[in-house]
Amino acid sequence: MGALQKVSGFIMSPAMKMLLILLAVLFPLAAGNEYQIYVMALAFVWAIAVYGMNIVTGLCGQLNLAHGAFFAIGAYTLAILTVDNGWPFWPAFVAAGAMGALLGFLVGVVSLRLKEHHFAIFTLCVGFIIYLLMDKWESLTHGTLGIINIPAPHGFGLVDFTETTPFYYLALVFLVLSVFFASRISHSLLGRTFLAIRISDDLAASLGINLMRNKVLAFVLSTTYAAVAGALYAGMVRFIGPAEADVAHTFDMITYLLVGGIGTLMGPLVGTLVITWLTQSLQSLEEYRMIVFGPLLVLLVIFSPRGVVGSFTAWRARRRAAAREQQARQTASEKVPPQAGASSIKKGAGNHA
Amino acid sequence: MDLFFQQVLNGLTLGSIYGLVALGLTLVYGILHVPNFAHGAIYMVGAYVSYLTMVDLGYNYWVAMACAAAAVAALSVLCERLVFNPLRDAPPIHDKIAAIGIMMFLEAAVQMQWGAEFRRMPTPYTDIFNIAGLTIPAQRVLIIMGAFSLMAVLHLFLKKTMTGATIVAMAQNREGAFLVGIDANRVAMMTFAISGALAAVGATLFAPINLVYPSMGHLLIMKAFVIIILGGMGSIPGAIVGGLIIGFTEAFGGFYISTDYKDIIAFALLVVILSVKPTGLFTKGVR
Repeated sequence: MGALQKVSGFIMSPAMKMLLILLAVLFPLAAGNEYQIYVMALAFVWAIAVYGMNIVTGLCGQLNLAHGAFFAIGAYTLAILTVDNGWPFWPAFVAAGAMGALLGFLVGVVSLRLKEHHFAIFTLCVGFIIYLLMDKWESLTHGTLGIINIPAPHGFGLVDFTETTPFYYLALVFLVLSVFFASRISHSLLGRTFLAIRISDDLAASLGINLMRNKVLAFVLSTTYAAVAGALYAGMVRFIGPAEADVAHTFDMITYLLVGGIGTLMGPLVGTLVITWLTQSLQSLEEYRMIVFGPLLVLLVIFSPRGVVGSFTAWRARRRAAAREQQARQTASEKVPPQAGASSIKKGAGNHA
Repeated sequence: MDLFFQQVLNGLTLGSIYGLVALGLTLVYGILHVPNFAHGAIYMVGAYVSYLTMVDLGYNYWVAMACAAAAVAALSVLCERLVFNPLRDAPPIHDKIAAIGIMMFLEAAVQMQWGAEFRRMPTPYTDIFNIAGLTIPAQRVLIIMGAFSLMAVLHLFLKKTMTGATIVAMAQNREGAFLVGIDANRVAMMTFAISGALAAVGATLFAPINLVYPSMGHLLIMKAFVIIILGGMGSIPGAIVGGLIIGFTEAFGGFYISTDYKDIIAFALLVVILSVKPTGLFTKGVR
């Protein structure tokens, strides 16, 4: 039991984060071939988008089914600015993030007046409108042909991001920044506010929380994440088409989020990596992955809605509470005369509740 | 003027199919308060079942329709038992995610089994009537007549029979229905069966003038959602009226504005309406 506790304690400690980053930095050296590095970098890019989804869906409780479309908006903004308008990569990258925020704000202001089912259906429709626009508005988006020859991120003459390994490190930097920012949000008053809204709109409102302002803020944060991830994706794959806005991508991201643990800090990363590598190891499955993912989603929401990370933290919290209670009972029976023991156990239990 | 009436006919055809699909969706929503995202995939399975019974097994159009209705009703009941029933007390977000899971599974399974190619469903009714300059294909007449008679039958079933009344009762007031001894499980299964059968019949009617392919339900389910939001979620007349509104808007919009963007029209309409009135057009009282 002691060893188990030490391991689980280590997983939660800051040292674990350092270890994870170290492992990620060393990964290209350990990887068997360039393709594996490529897959990992792509998974990092998707994970950034899933972190965005976690803010609005996991923390704030609003199921946004247009998330994949905002990913595509980031990709298209970058592609149109660089390929058609000759912008350099990094200004276009910033513009892509800003575009995600701006459109997120506009959509959010309208859609967040709706609750639960209406919101999910509305965003599904918004996502579809965005997809149709990308497919049909040929003068802007090149229609079904998509946009090719998107430049890779500019390396300022120091690094060449057309190579896989440098791009991997770039994606890693963005991922670490995203996780750091997400953890700052979830530990701040803002994160608690989002949680309160998830638990109950009415309760949050009665605490004096401005529902609309906070929901729109969560939505804008999430679409910005999605657009930044989309822009990175465009710079990595360097070819995009209307299929990026397909609702299937949103469903993929929901799967990543649910497997990892909805509303948890490390859940989006864990889920994305697990599913990406699972799909990779079953190459033949790529096209029909939904045959496995569909029932997986259903089973998860029925039997394990917390996901990998959520189940782990819940398990650890239970163990710690049990251990502390036991300890309190021991000290109580050692130090205090038997009559007073009962009351101090009660007090001890009350502290952890 | 002929062109105008031609569009009226188109609108009526589209509207009656949309109405049928939206009816199934709104019935399920009324009982369980689950937006069944899998309904479009269920519709698609209906089209495949009738296509296969007709083309591969060589049965008659009407037999195929009955087979599809029975098979899809059974599939819907299975989904209710295995997925939605265990999630009765879960947070609403879980129902939605589970419905999406079913949808993805059905689409991928059909695509793996029968491929992604487009198929054309044959129909015995290929005549084309010419009345006062209007060209009226027999299949369209069949769609309109079939859809509206089915709606009438459903209306009679819900209003005049005891079993129908239990569904209405549970949609109106869940606790009240339990108080008078209505079995929730039975009503839920029956509602899913009816909703699946409606979707399958709609698919069999519509497929001959459309095509059969694994993602054929995508657009339709989203339009059906637009319709039931317009008509008020859970409202049966709302679904029929909403279906006709969207059908006509699309027929006329596609003709007079742009065929490229005709699919956007329904969604744009939804965005405009919900921006002005977040509760939908025909909803009564408070949210």
